[in-house]
Amino acid sequence: MSVPKSETPSVIYLDNNATTQVAEEAVEAMLPYLSQYYGNPSSMHTFGGRVSRKIKEARANIAALLGAEPTEIIFTSCGSEGDNAAIQAALASQPDKRHIVTTQVEHPAVLNLCKRLEKDGYTVTYLAVNRKGQLNLNELRASLTDNTALVSVMCANNETGNIFPIERIGEIVKERGILFHVDGVQAAGKIPLNMKESTVDFLVVSGHKLHAPKGTGALYVRKGVRFRPFLVGGHQERGRRGGTENVPGIIALGKAAELALEHLEEENTRVRALRSLTYVRSLRDRLEQGLLTSIPHCQLNGHQSWRLPNTTNIGFKYVEGEAILLSLDRYGICASSGSACTSGSLEPSHVLRAMGLPYSVLHGSIRLSLSRYNTSEEIERVLEVFPKIIDRLRELSPFNSDEAEWLKEQSLVNSQ
Amino acid sequence: MWDYTDKVMDLFYNPHNMGKILPNECREEETVAVGEVGSIVCGDALRLHLKIDKRTDEILDARFQTFGCASAIASSSALTDLVRGITVDEALQITNRNIADYLEGLPQEKMHCSVMGKEALEAAIANYKGIPIRPEEEDDSPLVCTCFAVSRGKIVRLIRENHLTSAEQVTNYIKAGGGCGSCLMEIDDLLAQVDGNKKTETPRKTELTASATFPSLHPLTNLQKISLIQQVIEEEVRPILALDGGDVELYEVDGNRVQVVLKGACDSCPSVTTTLRLTIEDKLRDRLQPDRIASDLVVEAISNPIKH
Ligand SMILES: Cc1ncc(COP(=O)(O)O)c(C=O)c1O
Ligand code: FES
Repeated sequence: MSVPKSETPSVIYLDNNATTQVAEEAVEAMLPYLSQYYGNPSSMHTFGGRVSRKIKEARANIAALLGAEPTEIIFTSCGSEGDNAAIQAALASQPDKRHIVTTQVEHPAVLNLCKRLEKDGYTVTYLAVNRKGQLNLNELRASLTDNTALVSVMCANNETGNIFPIERIGEIVKERGILFHVDGVQAAGKIPLNMKESTVDFLVVSGHKLHAPKGTGALYVRKGVRFRPFLVGGHQERGRRGGTENVPGIIALGKAAELALEHLEEENTRVRALRSLTYVRSLRDRLEQGLLTSIPHCQLNGHQSWRLPNTTNIGFKYVEGEAILLSLDRYGICASSGSACTSGSLEPSHVLRAMGLPYSVLHGSIRLSLSRYNTSEEIERVLEVFPKIIDRLRELSPFNSDEAEWLKEQSLVNSQ
Repeated sequence: MWDYTDKVMDLFYNPHNMGKILPNECREEETVAVGEVGSIVCGDALRLHLKIDKRTDEILDARFQTFGCASAIASSSALTDLVRGITVDEALQITNRNIADYLEGLPQEKMHCSVMGKEALEAAIANYKGIPIRPEEEDDSPLVCTCFAVSRGKIVRLIRENHLTSAEQVTNYIKAGGGCGSCLMEIDDLLAQVDGNKKTETPRKTELTASATFPSLHPLTNLQKISLIQQVIEEEVRPILALDGGDVELYEVDGNRVQVVLKGACDSCPSVTTTLRLTIEDKLRDRLQPDRIASDLVVEAISNPIKH
């Protein structure tokens, strides 16, 4: 469907787990490096050296956001690359171990790689989650063997916002001396992370989820952990990732990381703490409570408290997700859904299915994910139109509060 | 995001004929037939209500309730527009393609929404007639796709009706194969089987459709094409229209564009025009298969050229 250009400014963007607005400051920081300062950071001249200094600065900023050393950061092209690089590196360094443990709710970047590795002779354990999307740590403990090369668990889930207890998982993993990879794509910039006091060996970040441009990312590799490059090439990134650096992207990522850290740390705010973590959380809570109380037959998907401050995922029974999204779209409201129709596949979200949610909830699930750029006026606007949308679609639906009615009538028709 | 036509979006935002028809809305000679397909598990479901005049078999009213995406809702609405005012037997001639065409097209991945409409229509008519419309599919047709409960007979019919050539298309049209994927090989086998049958069937078909059908492997000459189209219109379209005091005349064949002039009662009624255009198109497609002009044939109904 074509949306006229003029409508774009009035967009209410609540799809920040899909991608985010690039921070203006990040755009400003990168622009000169797209035009004037096009030097190659590897070159032996001042022109290139200037660029190299900026990259160093960006690396320090990302390291600060993650509580890591700059030498532990490798710039990548996206989150998927980080996941691939980390997992392959972990496996390559222990060729005799052929078992991987991960979860059923990972992003396809991890899940599909694991499926491919199964074809290559690895065995993979996919840990289940409960109704609230949580892991059973005893199950994790029981799954580990002497043959286990790697445990790969996401920090925060992109669909529900659920946060896994990474450090408790890490303790169990480290008791057995196993490598630990964490997909931190949804967590970085949304919750504090500190690699200095962590059990994590590999942590993956994607730029476009934290107000940097698409096509940027970073991989944290703990000092001392053996690493093999995924992309083999020159000596860039100290030989850990070949390819001339995406200089403007890296500079923007550095700036975005600096901003994210400022917004995370509320106490020592030089920042307009107005737009802090607490701010985002309060908007999300207002939105979530407003929807759950004004609309009947809906439920929160995910854990109430072990969750990112910006995400809410709600299942609206008896209506279909795509129909909700397109209705929201008419008001310029951007969200996403785990329904089958929106995914392009015919099955609803693997995450919500792994949680064992009923189909009535699965097909009508909507994810709303906020950022510090949202305002309370926007949230009020959403609360105003959302109930009307659900009402209209429920009026159209043959299902209503009691699904038995459908079945009852159906058998009646058949026996006529 | 899906590339929906304006027509789909319009019928999604402003659907026609939503709701139910209650028995107390009927006069004595009228009855309500109900057709239900899909389920909440599959992600879409449609309940169709038809009000039918028992004396004439005319569908007086049609209303729908749909759980599903935008194209499912628009397809349901389109279906109700298409069946209002025609008889039950005429309604049985409507294909899922007619529904898709009425919507000015559906994304390939959404064709199953139009198939759902067609199935609900058949279910409602079966409910009215008190007999199954496709007994052969209900009897001994084993399930091929257990994920979406799709039988062998249904898949074969859909392959035939829509000239499907790949398993991906089958999935787009009836979802079969879109779940665990374990039935995809069997679907491939069915495709090959239908294709094989079609090849051996061709001579037989030539025989059946008499003089004006031509061996399909050679492209038709323009003259052959025109006389074939003329024959279809004479034999299959005009008799139907005559019942309602309408008529149609072949005006021009230009490549794959077939222009007809609607006359009499058909002349000024836009909904009849659309239905009719689709019916002619379908009949022509059927007859011209598998000649290659068939797939992109368009019929245009033009108003009486003499007036201009
Ligand atoms: C949890 C998670 N991991 C990995 C990715 C992939 O990141 P990218 O799009 O940068 O490859 C995403 C993005 O959707 C994600 O949400
Ligand atoms: S059996 Fe057909 S997709 Fe699973």
